[in-house]
Amino acid sequence: MSEPLLQVTNLRTFFSTEEGIVRAVDGLSFTIHEGERFGVVGESGSGKSVTALSVMRLIEPPAGEIVTGEILFKGEDLLRLRDDDMRKVRGGQIAMIFQDPMTALNPVYTIGNQLIETIVLHQGVGKSEAHEIALEALDDVHIPNPKVRMGDYPHQLSGGMRQRVMIAMGLSCNPDLLIADEPTTALDVTTQAQILDLMLELTEERNTAVMLITHDLGVVAGFCDNIQVMYAGRLVERGTTGFIFDETLHPYTAGLLGSMTRLDEVREERLYSIRGAPPSLIDPANGCRFRVRCDFAQAVCETDTPLPRELGEGHWAACHFASDLDLVRVKGVPVR
Amino acid sequence: MTQEVTNQKADGAVQMAPERLLQVEDLVKHFPITKGIFFRKEIAAVQAVSGISFHIDRGETLGIVGESGCGKSTTARCVLRLLKATSGKLLYRGESAGDASERAEVIDIAKADKHQMRRLRRDMQIVFQDPYASLNPRMTVASIIAEPMLVHNLGDTSDRIDRVKELLKVVGLNPEHTNRYPHEFSGGQRQRIGVARALALNPSFMVLDEPVSALDVSIQAQVLNLMGDLQEEFNLTYLFIAHDLSVVRHVCDRVGVMYLGKMAEVADRDTLYHHPMHPYTHALMSAVPIPDPTVERDRRRIILEGDIPSPINPPPGCRFNTRCPRAEFPRCSEDTPEMKEVEQDHWVACHFPEVQKVV
Repeated sequence: MSEPLLQVTNLRTFFSTEEGIVRAVDGLSFTIHEGERFGVVGESGSGKSVTALSVMRLIEPPAGEIVTGEILFKGEDLLRLRDDDMRKVRGGQIAMIFQDPMTALNPVYTIGNQLIETIVLHQGVGKSEAHEIALEALDDVHIPNPKVRMGDYPHQLSGGMRQRVMIAMGLSCNPDLLIADEPTTALDVTTQAQILDLMLELTEERNTAVMLITHDLGVVAGFCDNIQVMYAGRLVERGTTGFIFDETLHPYTAGLLGSMTRLDEVREERLYSIRGAPPSLIDPANGCRFRVRCDFAQAVCETDTPLPRELGEGHWAACHFASDLDLVRVKGVPVR
Repeated sequence: MTQEVTNQKADGAVQMAPERLLQVEDLVKHFPITKGIFFRKEIAAVQAVSGISFHIDRGETLGIVGESGCGKSTTARCVLRLLKATSGKLLYRGESAGDASERAEVIDIAKADKHQMRRLRRDMQIVFQDPYASLNPRMTVASIIAEPMLVHNLGDTSDRIDRVKELLKVVGLNPEHTNRYPHEFSGGQRQRIGVARALALNPSFMVLDEPVSALDVSIQAQVLNLMGDLQEEFNLTYLFIAHDLSVVRHVCDRVGVMYLGKMAEVADRDTLYHHPMHPYTHALMSAVPIPDPTVERDRRRIILEGDIPSPINPPPGCRFNTRCPRAEFPRCSEDTPEMKEVEQDHWVACHFPEVQKVV
């Protein structure tokens, strides 16, 4: 790991709705280095996708707005770029792939068409050269018979194949950062394994940094160097993959681990379950946003918002009691 | 009806052991693909389920796992006769309504008449995957949960309201919330409403069709714990349909693995997870990510080539032969492997079964 590639500081992205302002991302800071595989984990509504969309500047006013923050990409603040400069970054230096490749691809154009369009736009090459690059890109993602597949429409491909096309499109311009928003959630497990394998192979080869957004702690365990756990628009815990799983500091992270069923073990007792449901992000009260569901909450959690503290090397947690909790019980005792 | 069972025995059909609740024999379900408007000619069929057999004992949970398109949900729907099976037997031993002392009768769900079906419908219920689509947004919680009782003419209005309140309490919701609408509840709470509706008629058998797939992890655990508690409290038998092998390991007593309309392997839980024998089971298990970086680092993944073939035109012989790392030709592409009992209660449909440690 070397130079910082993406530095997000104090990002706040809010959405206005009829009921009030939703504070979807509320004061988030993190850094992704060159070639790093960075996982963002959280449940629905935790703000993980909104973070990605903010980095890509795909938050459309008036519905949503980046209220404060700085997003430095290679030292340049993306929030200050002119729209047409941002367009060059998007897809060129930062690529994004989405959960549902069917809605991300245009159904009325062939995949060849769409690939060539992206390549012409970002690499400034002619059509025939773009055609060659597209063929190569499809070959790189192990799509059999790329010449024939170029003429296919998205609906003619399976879900796994479509996601391969998305990856080919995303990586065709050799971006420095690939943002993958739940890229395998819509796929079957065996296909998921194929796609993760492919992403690992290609990004390692090219030293592309990946920001992998997922709700599945299993997926990040095998894929990521560092993990950031989010809850209700805020950072909960961040650290190396080993720290997050083995030296968990935050009760929410522990709760997530404890409530997951595992293929390789059966729990002694019931699954740990985090009671209740995530809070509304419209006018959230002061204090820790997890406190109503937390087994360890005390009076101070209601009054003071816990700020992220670095408790180990690069291991951050936003909890007043982070280092003094016995979280082993929460994570569950396995019977192997 | 008892007589009919005796007749079946005389015909040499399989007997049904007393602890069996459901015995499925050679279930086939094809969906015809037709052409033309007036003379709808059948030109092909989607062979969703192609001859599978399994049983469920009273009080246990059988899990059926497989990827999309393997026929697991179709199987469940045939069992409930929400779909009519193309062929096969679905023997069910229900509690004879109201009278526990009377010997329960065995009914073939596939052949049951209207009268029998009505009784069976009280005994068999289903909880669906999507708690957003399976509750009518215009009905209050009370009317959703009371509807099965209304359909079956049980009790008067005040009885039903009492029962609704009791059910809400059982599934962990506030009994005061009877007049709320589904949109006022979160996904996990809606799934609880679906469970309460399924419990309304005191069923003995429940199909759980991916009941937690649409929920967040922390909420999944709540619902899984609830299902476990209810099973114990009401002595329920579950058919648990899922694609997630780790969830299945947690809740099921026995597990069947399906691939492209066929059963690949059936065994009790520990046998299946400790020594799976079908190559597809190996691939499926090795693909499931484990939330533990130390374990993950040392795992070897079996990455399957290509995609699942079309069920309209499934490959001949073993259906898995086109992707199987262990297939030998021409045997596997010509000869369909039958289910064989390789050890006690461990059934595998493979010519070359072999134990492989994957987890």
